[in-house]
Amino acid sequence: MTNKIEVNNLTKVFGSRPLEGIERLKQGQSKDEILKDTGLTVGVNQSSFHVEPGEFFVIMGLSGSGKSTLIRLVNRLIEPTAGEVLIDGEDITKMKKERLIDTRRKKLGMVFQNFGLFPHRTVLHNVAYGLEIQNMEKTQRQTQAQKAIEDVGLKGYEKSYPRELSGGMQQRVGLARALANDTDILLMDEAFSALDPLIRKEMQDELLHLQKKLGKTVLFITHDLDEALKLGDRVAIMKDGHIVQIGTSEEILENPANEYVSNFVQDVDRSKILEASQVMKKPEVLSAYKDGPRMAIRKMEEVGASSIFVTDKDKTFRGLLTIDDAIRAYNEDIPMVDVLIDAVPTTSPDTPLNDLLGVAAEAKYPIVVLEDEKLKGIISRVSILSALVLGKDEVVAS
Amino acid sequence: MNYLNFPLEQWTNLFVDGWLLPTLGSTFDSFSNLMQGVVDGVTGILLFIPPELFAILIAIVAWKVAGRGLALFALLGFFYIGAVNIWPEAMQTLSVVIVSTLFSLIIGVPVGILGALNSKAEAVIKPILDFMQTLPSFVYLIPAVLLFGLGGVPAVIATFIFAAPPAVRMTILGIHQVPKDVMEASRAFGSTAKQLLFKVQLPMAVPTIMAGINQTIMLALSMAVIASMIGAPGLGATVLSAISRVNVGLGLVGGLGIVVLAIVLDRLTQGLGQAKA
Repeated sequence: MTNKIEVNNLTKVFGSRPLEGIERLKQGQSKDEILKDTGLTVGVNQSSFHVEPGEFFVIMGLSGSGKSTLIRLVNRLIEPTAGEVLIDGEDITKMKKERLIDTRRKKLGMVFQNFGLFPHRTVLHNVAYGLEIQNMEKTQRQTQAQKAIEDVGLKGYEKSYPRELSGGMQQRVGLARALANDTDILLMDEAFSALDPLIRKEMQDELLHLQKKLGKTVLFITHDLDEALKLGDRVAIMKDGHIVQIGTSEEILENPANEYVSNFVQDVDRSKILEASQVMKKPEVLSAYKDGPRMAIRKMEEVGASSIFVTDKDKTFRGLLTIDDAIRAYNEDIPMVDVLIDAVPTTSPDTPLNDLLGVAAEAKYPIVVLEDEKLKGIISRVSILSALVLGKDEVVAS
Repeated sequence: MNYLNFPLEQWTNLFVDGWLLPTLGSTFDSFSNLMQGVVDGVTGILLFIPPELFAILIAIVAWKVAGRGLALFALLGFFYIGAVNIWPEAMQTLSVVIVSTLFSLIIGVPVGILGALNSKAEAVIKPILDFMQTLPSFVYLIPAVLLFGLGGVPAVIATFIFAAPPAVRMTILGIHQVPKDVMEASRAFGSTAKQLLFKVQLPMAVPTIMAGINQTIMLALSMAVIASMIGAPGLGATVLSAISRVNVGLGLVGGLGIVVLAIVLDRLTQGLGQAKA
């Protein structure tokens, strides 16, 4: 399958003689040297990456790293100086004006940091804008816009003006406007950076959900490493206009390409990156269909535990059996299923550790990790704490 | 300082008398006739409407766009204009203001758009505007008379020169004020330059352009009075004849009439601008 976006040696030099900047970059001069010698500003320096269909690709860099320039080169809001940008295999940098406009309309939706909403238009007309300029018939474009508005949870606000909405809701409008065009690709430039942390997390979760549901290819820019690692299937780290490392969140956390990246990574809040599946352990289990209370007591004795998890033949989780209940069932000859405790905390394998901290602190029993009702593993308070302190590798090794 | 002995006066007179008038005189005459027709037409319509109906119509519009206060003021003001028997003069002045304002907008807004979109054009337009606004109005009243004769037409021309610059400037300002991220968004979704202008830049510039129109109207009104010196009919003529006859009472009658028109027009256009914002 061809890449949705492919960027090869893309370079942008701002200034009056950009080609001289290109020459100097090819000779290996740094951004600072070129600025000092020629007064030219290097925005993006020979960057290459690709984004596969349906992939969530994040470019992370601090301010001045050229990431916002880079995303604008992808839809040619800024003219590249050199290099190519292939959208579905077609080089956007060589397109004629009409073709460029058509490509933007049909293939590239964009969401902006400061929303970029049209203040003189209602939510509905903001969202329908991209369709309106394609001369789509009115009822059809409003139906399509209405669907996008509902997708982002803004039903009921169609007639509001942007200034009447909160920041989070305004960005939902921005997102809906990009979704309404039904493009395969979404370009998101610091889309959540202007939002407060709670709203931001909510929007991140919803974006991930929408992206999966609609199968969009996303190119997302951020200055926040936590956000990058949380959202990205793959993350590119950018510095001084150059891409320093590309990899999955884990690759970047575990194998930083250089000191710059590792300096970043050491501050990462591990609780947001590590997922339940990465810290859970395989518990000793009892099969409800064949083992009786007697077997249960023996197994507990073997592993030196005072309780044991019980599953069906197909690993469907049934409950927790404590030693006291097992003895009671044995003495009073009650079926084992009747004494199982099923009020134990459960979670899914992809839940961030961060979300489990509270549960673990409250719970009397370990957290049970379930996928489709089947027991995958358990997480004790100890394993959460050690993961946070030591990182994933040590947990798995221990 | 007279090193060159620069004969600007003689040259200009030579140019106007020797070339401009003989060559383009007939063109100016036909243009003048056309403008006269427009001015007379608007005056005719304004005078055709019964004063009572006119006052009530303005009051209703004032109520809608600027509230009850202005509606009441407009009623009282027009009642005054009728009571001191200067209704035809007021309508003549209003006609010159309306025609020269329309003229200013028809030319000023497109020129402003050109200036906003093209920095080279702006570099040419801005000094011309400065020139139009700072040149003493009497200086171009003289050629206006030469080219267009006495009466309403040179008044409209002179008023246009005086009143058009704010329309141009505020159009440029309004378009320049459209935030960069909004323009970027519009382009990112595949707007053509024309769509960007008509769907984003101009609608967002409307409040600023309305402020410019308000300025234009106010300047046009003040110029309509001065233009009475070259034979423009209306309240200016009333004031001028009061001055020449040292008739303080008549001067006050005409002067108050101008004030009434000014306040109603100002509040009305301000109200319109805010309604659009």
